[in-house]
Amino acid sequence: MILTFFWLFGAIAVTGGLLCITRKSPVASALWLVVTLFALAAMYVLLDAQFIAALQVLVYAGAIMVLFLFVIMLLNLGHPGPSDIKGPVGVGIAALLGGTLLLQLRVLGQAAPPDAITLPEGTMAALQQQGMVAAVAGPLFDAYLIPFEITSLLLLAAIVGAVVLAKRKL
Amino acid sequence: MLLGPALAISAVLFTLGVAGVLLRRNAIVIFMCVELMLNAVNLTFVALAQRLGVGGQVFVFFVMAVAAAEAAVGLAIILAVYRHRQTVNLQDINILKG
Repeated sequence: MILTFFWLFGAIAVTGGLLCITRKSPVASALWLVVTLFALAAMYVLLDAQFIAALQVLVYAGAIMVLFLFVIMLLNLGHPGPSDIKGPVGVGIAALLGGTLLLQLRVLGQAAPPDAITLPEGTMAALQQQGMVAAVAGPLFDAYLIPFEITSLLLLAAIVGAVVLAKRKL
Repeated sequence: MLLGPALAISAVLFTLGVAGVLLRRNAIVIFMCVELMLNAVNLTFVALAQRLGVGGQVFVFFVMAVAAAEAAVGLAIILAVYRHRQTVNLQDINILKG
C-alpha cells in the first residue's frame, strides 16, 4: 500500500519535472515545478519525515516558488515568445549527457547501507511518535549547533547581498 | 523498504535537472532546474535518514536554507542583468566570452 503510493507520487514528481524542463512558458515551468515539490512533500511523509514535508510546502512551494513567479511576472516573461529551448543539437547533447548520468546513477537504486550502521526497521517511526519536530530539533540544537549558527550568518549575507544588488544607487 | 525506489526516483529527478540546465536558455528556467537538482538530493537525504538516523533530515534543513539564500541572491542578479541588457536569454549575455 505504502509502496504503491510512493511510486504514484514518484511518478507525479518525475512527470512534473519532465514538463518543467520542456514547457515553453516560464510560468508553466514554474507551476509544474510546484507540482513536483508537492509530490516530494508527500514522499517525505511516507519516509517518516513529516516536519521536513511541512517545511517543503512552506519554504519551497510557498516562499521560493512565489519569489520565482514574482520575478517572472516582474520581467513580463509570461507572454508567449520565441522558444528558449535549444535546437536539435542542444537536445541531443542534453539527452546524451543526461542518459550517461542516469546510467552512472543507476547503481544508486541498488545501494544499501552496511548493516553495521543501519538502524533497526521502524526506529524513525518510533522516534516520530515522541513528536516529529523534537526528532529534528534535538540534533539541530545539539550536534549541529555551529552549522545552524553559520546558516544564520549565511542568511544575513544573502539579505545584504540582495539589497545591494537590487538598489540602483547606494 | 522504500530506500531503493526513493534513490531511483531521486536519480531520475537529478538527471532531469541536469538535462534542463543543458536544454534551456532562459536564465530563470535554468535556475529552477538547479532547484530541481537540490530537491533530488534532499530526497536522497530523507530516504537515507530513515535508515541511518535523523542527521539526514537536519541536513535537508540546511539545504533548504542555502536554497532560499541562493534564490534571493540569484534572482537579484538576474534582475540586475535584465536592467542592463533587457533580456534574460543566456545567448545574449556573453560578455565574458571575449
